[in-house]
Amino acid sequence: MTKSELIDALARRTKITKSRAERVVNSVFEAMTTALSQGDGIEIRGFGSFSVRDYKPYKGRNPRTGTAVAVAEKRLPFFKVGKELKDLVNQGGPPFAADDEDEDDDEDEDDDR
Amino acid sequence: MTKSEIIDGIYEQVGGFSKREAAQVVETVFDLMKDVLADGEKIKISGFGNFVVRAKRGRIGRNPRTNAPMPISARRVLTFRPSPKLKEALNPGATFDAREEG
Repeated sequence: MTKSELIDALARRTKITKSRAERVVNSVFEAMTTALSQGDGIEIRGFGSFSVRDYKPYKGRNPRTGTAVAVAEKRLPFFKVGKELKDLVNQGGPPFAADDEDEDDDEDEDDDR
Repeated sequence: MTKSEIIDGIYEQVGGFSKREAAQVVETVFDLMKDVLADGEKIKISGFGNFVVRAKRGRIGRNPRTNAPMPISARRVLTFRPSPKLKEALNPGATFDAREEG
């Protein structure tokens, strides 16, 4: 689903015009972006929460060429799925074939820190 | 920020909604997203990020306290990959590339 499909679905389900649905969807994500940019976390009950994590600078490597690159310190949003949505996603049908793409980036996401 | 603050923002910025209607449309936005993700479909919000359902194979894990081996069954998990634009909003002056680690 893309943002424009979400807008269409919102217009249909709530019987508002597409242009109003578009303003709603844009305002929701703009508000969330503003909160995160101010370092503020977001909690959407039943869906999940977003927090901002600070990452220290480090020396990394371009995985393709092996060249050393300096990675500056940065702040990144981190999403933790809420219990209700986590269960919905996991029960959402038979497990499909596991994909191993980017296997390393979510190893720690289901612990309860 | 909580959902009720998002609702207040919609009420003030979009206009034409009662508080109750503003609450209803915002709830519906998240309900629609939940339905789609429950079906295993991904959601791409340009300028914000992608919510992606991924299948994890079952594996043998360990109880970190006792170190006893413990099977972890195959499951589906939801991950969020922030868009470069969102990363830039959090890091003024920096630029992020679409394929960079999330």
